Amino acid sequence: MSFSLFGLQVLNGVEQGLLLFLVASGLTLVFGVLGVLNFAHGSFYMLGAYLAFWISAGTGSLLAAVLIGIPVMASLGFLVERLAIARLYKRDHLSQVLLTYGLVLLFNELQRALFGNDVHGVDAPRLLAFRIPLGSAQEWPAYRVFTAAACIAVAALMRQVILKTRFGMRVRAGASNAEMVEALGIDVRKLFSALFSAGTALAALAGMLAAPLTTVYPGMGENVLVLSFVVVVIGGIGSIKGAFFGAMLVGLSDTFGKVLLPGLASAMVYAVMAAVLLVRPRGLAG
Amino acid sequence: MPFSRRTFLGATAASVAATTRVFGATKAKLRIGLLLPYSGTYAALGNNITDAMKLAAGERGGKLAGREIEWIAVDDESDPAKAPANVNKLIAGEKVDILTGPVHSGVAMAMMQIVRQEKTLTIVTNAGAQAVTGQLCAPNVFRTSFSNWQTSYPCADVMLKDGRKKVVLMFWNYSFGQESMAAFKEGFTKGGGTVIKEIAVPFPQTEFQANLSEIASLKPDAVFVFFAGAGAAKFVRDYADAGLRDKVPLYGSGFLTEGVLGAQGPAAEGIKTTLHYADSLDNAQNRKFRDAFKTATGREADVYAVAGYDTVHALAAALEKVQGDASAQKELIAALEGVRIDSPRGPFRFSKAHNPVQNVYVRQVKGGKEAVLGVALKNAEDPAFGCAMVK
Repeated sequence: MSFSLFGLQVLNGVEQGLLLFLVASGLTLVFGVLGVLNFAHGSFYMLGAYLAFWISAGTGSLLAAVLIGIPVMASLGFLVERLAIARLYKRDHLSQVLLTYGLVLLFNELQRALFGNDVHGVDAPRLLAFRIPLGSAQEWPAYRVFTAAACIAVAALMRQVILKTRFGMRVRAGASNAEMVEALGIDVRKLFSALFSAGTALAALAGMLAAPLTTVYPGMGENVLVLSFVVVVIGGIGSIKGAFFGAMLVGLSDTFGKVLLPGLASAMVYAVMAAVLLVRPRGLAG
Repeated sequence: MPFSRRTFLGATAASVAATTRVFGATKAKLRIGLLLPYSGTYAALGNNITDAMKLAAGERGGKLAGREIEWIAVDDESDPAKAPANVNKLIAGEKVDILTGPVHSGVAMAMMQIVRQEKTLTIVTNAGAQAVTGQLCAPNVFRTSFSNWQTSYPCADVMLKDGRKKVVLMFWNYSFGQESMAAFKEGFTKGGGTVIKEIAVPFPQTEFQANLSEIASLKPDAVFVFFAGAGAAKFVRDYADAGLRDKVPLYGSGFLTEGVLGAQGPAAEGIKTTLHYADSLDNAQNRKFRDAFKTATGREADVYAVAGYDTVHALAAALEKVQGDASAQKELIAALEGVRIDSPRGPFRFSKAHNPVQNVYVRQVKGGKEAVLGVALKNAEDPAFGCAMVK
């Protein structure tokens, strides 16, 4: 592998990892603080993508889709938490898996009824419809660079919120000891609701940003969900920082696995996960 | 023509002495089983095949050789694990006269194991697995769609004529993709071309960036791919986004663009593919079929609908030769073997292995539509490797 190809592949891996981080960060927050194994997280990603397709087809603008879609999805997350998830905090993980898996089936049927089984393409915003040459042979669409930048911006924003704000402090406290937070007189229910809808919005935002890159199709949520769980486990449950490095590791190992060991590419990510867990059983940041 | 039960019975009674066998056979409804996906990723394909079969039956007054039809549809869910139970339900439970379907090759393989034993007359309406009319071929099994070989082998010649000598192959690593690649390679290396790299992508993975960088660094004359459905839509967009569309032309079996042109948008412009059908195929049959299908269903017809449509017309032509008696299997098979169909895809007949002998066309995406450039291989006949009926 030449040096320039190596550089390109690093870029590919980082870019894939950044988008994965956006999905996984919501998952790890909900898992870490609420203690809920949320299988429906992938469905929120899928619904985000379908909303992006639907609204941008109507308005001609992906930005409008994001501005309308995020509040819609955050409200959906709020409703799901209040009506379903909230009943499970005292139950074991098996009940949670059953309920959230039920939600996956429900959202899949909803998607089928509303949008059908066709594959849809979503156009990148016209402003970003140009390409940036990389080396002599390949080009990168500007939209890919934009998504990577957007993911970094969201990551930085999340870092600020979690480290510097009162809400973030409560989230951190909730992640390490929810009962103690409750004993200190903080309304955990409100905190959990807010967090769950934030997680939902993050997944949906990832879906919306990814829509022009991945196309929109039935079952797109499940693919992402599995990789996100790998990221969460590698990173350490509940840790945003861990999820960031976990996502980078997954993106890079998937990319290089495909180039260097094509036959074993799909196993590569899991081999990396196993290796990380051998050295750090609680994940990178655990 | 007014045709009541009484006149029918009267007419039959008059000739009952001469044709006692026909009497029993024409009276009962013809039971046609459909083993097709009506849910999941391939649901749209299953529905198009079914609707086109009913359209063809309607054109014949709802009857095949004078017999009314009873359709018995089972959702196969494209699940090979459930296929044996579903096939048995249709054969043993519903006692169908004729079994048709499926879309998924894995389901077809499971179906083959059973119908070879049970000797049910079977018409495969989509699945392109080589074995159906190859190693597992059987006198009672016909196919009205295509073999994987037919969709890919002719493309080799098209590329060589375009002057593409050094190519990269990229495909989903399961039987459909593997068989497509093997057929293409056979034709391409025979014609003096070189395959410089084969990139096998695990099915149904759709993250292609790493492989696209690899292709860009290899700088081949062209790339030949097999992807279908959602994966095809994404691949074509990624390929264009990576700036490769204008530098390294993309070729493929027709399934690369079939049904996903809308999702691919301008990224698909210029892609050349080979297939036994194209929506824009200019013949009277095709125009008539497409109009009728649109009127009946409100949807555009596609390559899958064509196979369903031809299945019923072929069956009707053969049944007429045996006066509608589906139990006379030997005669019915002989009649099917002699059938010549003037299909929307052009003329076709069955080969010795019971696969269609049909034209394969070169198509190119122009202005968001599939334009037919010409015939890539006239009367393409699958080599039917390993089929005992061919020797």
